[in-house]
Amino acid sequence: MTRQNMNKLMIGMVSLVATIVVIPIVLVIIYVVYNGIGAINWEFLTAAPRNGMREGGIMPALLGTVFLTFGTAIVSFPLAIAAAIYLAEYAGDNMLTRWVRLAIVNLAGIPSIVYGLFGLGAFVLFWNLGTSIIAGSLTLGVLTLPVVISTAEEAILSVPQSFRTVSLSLGASRWQTIRHQVLPHAMPGIITGIILGLGRAAGETAPILFTVAAFYLPELPKSIFDQTMALPYHLYVISTQVPDMPLSNQYGTALVLLMIVFSMTLVATVIRTNMRRRREW
Amino acid sequence: MIVNMEQSAPTVAPKRKPVPRHWGEWVIENLIQLAGVSTLIIIGLIFAFLLREGLPAFFEISPATLLGVRWYPIEEMYGLLPLLAGSFIVTIGAVVIALPLGLTTAIYLGEVAPRWQRELLKPLIEMLAGIPSIVLGFLGWVVLAPLIQKAGAPTGLTAFTGSLILAYMSLPTIISISEDALYAVPKEYRDGALAIGATKWQTIWRVVVPAARSGIVIAIMLGIGRAIGETMAVMMVTGNAANIPALGIGMFFQPVRTMTATIAAEMGEVAKGSLHYSTLFAIGIVLFLITFSINSIAGRLVGSQGSRRSGGQL
Amino acid sequence: MSKAVASQISIQDVTYTYADGNDALKHISLDIRSNELFVLFGPARSGKSTLLRLLNRLSDLTEGAQRQGAIYIDGEDIFARGVDVHDLRRRISMVFAIPTPLPGSIRENITYGLRMAGMKETVLLEERVKQSLKQAALWDEVKDRLDSSAFALSGGQKQRLCLARSLALEPEVILLDNPTSGLDPLSTATVEESLQELKQSYTIIMVPHSTQQAARVADRAAFLLDGELVEVGASEQMFMNPKDKRTEDYITGRFG
Repeated sequence: MTRQNMNKLMIGMVSLVATIVVIPIVLVIIYVVYNGIGAINWEFLTAAPRNGMREGGIMPALLGTVFLTFGTAIVSFPLAIAAAIYLAEYAGDNMLTRWVRLAIVNLAGIPSIVYGLFGLGAFVLFWNLGTSIIAGSLTLGVLTLPVVISTAEEAILSVPQSFRTVSLSLGASRWQTIRHQVLPHAMPGIITGIILGLGRAAGETAPILFTVAAFYLPELPKSIFDQTMALPYHLYVISTQVPDMPLSNQYGTALVLLMIVFSMTLVATVIRTNMRRRREW
Repeated sequence: MIVNMEQSAPTVAPKRKPVPRHWGEWVIENLIQLAGVSTLIIIGLIFAFLLREGLPAFFEISPATLLGVRWYPIEEMYGLLPLLAGSFIVTIGAVVIALPLGLTTAIYLGEVAPRWQRELLKPLIEMLAGIPSIVLGFLGWVVLAPLIQKAGAPTGLTAFTGSLILAYMSLPTIISISEDALYAVPKEYRDGALAIGATKWQTIWRVVVPAARSGIVIAIMLGIGRAIGETMAVMMVTGNAANIPALGIGMFFQPVRTMTATIAAEMGEVAKGSLHYSTLFAIGIVLFLITFSINSIAGRLVGSQGSRRSGGQL
Repeated sequence: MSKAVASQISIQDVTYTYADGNDALKHISLDIRSNELFVLFGPARSGKSTLLRLLNRLSDLTEGAQRQGAIYIDGEDIFARGVDVHDLRRRISMVFAIPTPLPGSIRENITYGLRMAGMKETVLLEERVKQSLKQAALWDEVKDRLDSSAFALSGGQKQRLCLARSLALEPEVILLDNPTSGLDPLSTATVEESLQELKQSYTIIMVPHSTQQAARVADRAAFLLDGELVEVGASEQMFMNPKDKRTEDYITGRFG
């Protein structure tokens, strides 16, 4: 075989493999939509499950996931932004900074089930919060920290260095410079990062297994110290733990979860695109 | 030569009133520093709480039992080997599947694909990264496992089923890191190879990929880290049988039980403070240490790449 | 804030070493009189901009660099403990080579430094906007669109905006790091003209765009080469009749 033919063959193979990788992604999404769309109606979204979860809807699980997502945002938002500012603006090139960066890389790599164990040991038992929305939110909040810190730091670093130099040269202090010349321009990027992090948190199951998720709890939680159902765990329960569960309900639940996660990604992408289009430098 | 003209002795002029530095600023800057350090504290706390709950297992269960081949907590048999074996089989399978696919896709995206395809494919791959693992596990359970059983396996719930799902889940990680690595290869390398008459494929395979190999190693490591820690999908499709399969290709087509699945499946049923309970935390310690070492090494490797400040220097 | 008075600067045996061990400045001693337009010229990387950045301590931002020697502004050691560096930068204000508006309106750009210094009174701020834009010869062009984006201005206008932004702080010294780079001849002439006005009220230290510009605008000048101060003198003497061979070679274009 000539070199040219070999070239064509291999390039063709590479394209083929890439196609093989991508097609199932599309198929998975189409398949879930196709099988799940029929189950989704007003009752499915607004009613509590009935008859051993085989009938009724997913409302408590849906709302539970919404509560947990908000809780996660409240926990991780301030801490992550502050940590990102520290890394991007204050951290010098020293041992401490290297340790902090190493910690973030490692936090990102810890398995979600280990976060679940940590949440159980620390929040549920040691701090005595019980299996509750607050314990789950804290666990998910810690889990999303590394993602949010990394994207927020990226956003802060993408603000041109010249803005900082000019601001300082006009007598502004370091914090004034960050507050007035860095954060406003980094904010859309930071928010994008937070939404992406929350999207991930909303779909997590393992960290909430022992910290908040209820197997079956048709009533809504009354306070942050109550348990709640949550969509990802609900999907696990109805697909593996409940015999004779109608398949369409399972697909419907999967579809709702997928839509929540994707719509958050979409919002994040729209913010990011908008920001790129509107900025002047 | 240094010219020194009219060196006047400095006289002390009246100072202007300096603007007072606000104490609020001092507080904020210290809080920011604290937040940065808190990441260290948090990872320390995670490890501390795992130790607190899990260490008793290492003291109260004999090493011989822990290294035993039977995981059967009801009879106080806490052999971790089958769980370790389960995790490793599934992970190795996943990486073996995902690496060639991921690297090839990265090559396609970075070196072959026209711009419009890249802009279509990258969001799709990002979407894959966004699919919750429970949804993929669910599809593995209701679609993939029955397919594998139909193909002739005694059961569809095997290590291979888990590896397939895991491979797909680790693809976005592997693709994006390999792509960065390929992208970082200087353009001169490509131009040089093409200039001496190499075909595009020869350039990619003999020049670009070897030059990117440290980045590809990072991709493999993080792919392993991602796969070994995955819980829900694996728990749903691997059959959860705690045994050590005989070495050989057949081990991929048997049900296995991973460390993560064991924790997830059993923690809900154990009494707090029992031996079983602390053994599950002990498994958590093992998982923590494995992923910690993988990520520390990968983090070191990533850290040796250049500065990221954006332009506009004055 | 009282009306500023132009300051005199005394640089005494300053050596500045970057983190990589290279000396950017070697034993520089130099006095700059009040209300003069002093020019620092020399080939690229001779230390001109570094010296400029030391004067308002923007050099503090360069990590790992070492400084020896002292700089006095009206007798005050700018590196002494307890010196408010933010106040120093308001007194000794810098205009950069590249026009660098901050995102926001023209008005916001001008008032930024003042607002950061705690000035809140709208009337005062407005007065400063008008006064500084007039001083920078930009008022007539922008007075009707003070609230439009600073990025919408032309290159020359942007640079005059940056000058006005510094002037709004009523500094004592203005540092100009090649302020006419990238400007067309007409804009350059406008800026040079306003400099002659400005030195009535300020001490100006400038890194010029070219030796020709240095000769055109300077009262006195210093020639730097590889971080060393080669020669200092009055403009006519420096550019017509330099004492040092190296200065002569540079001015006549034999190197650099």
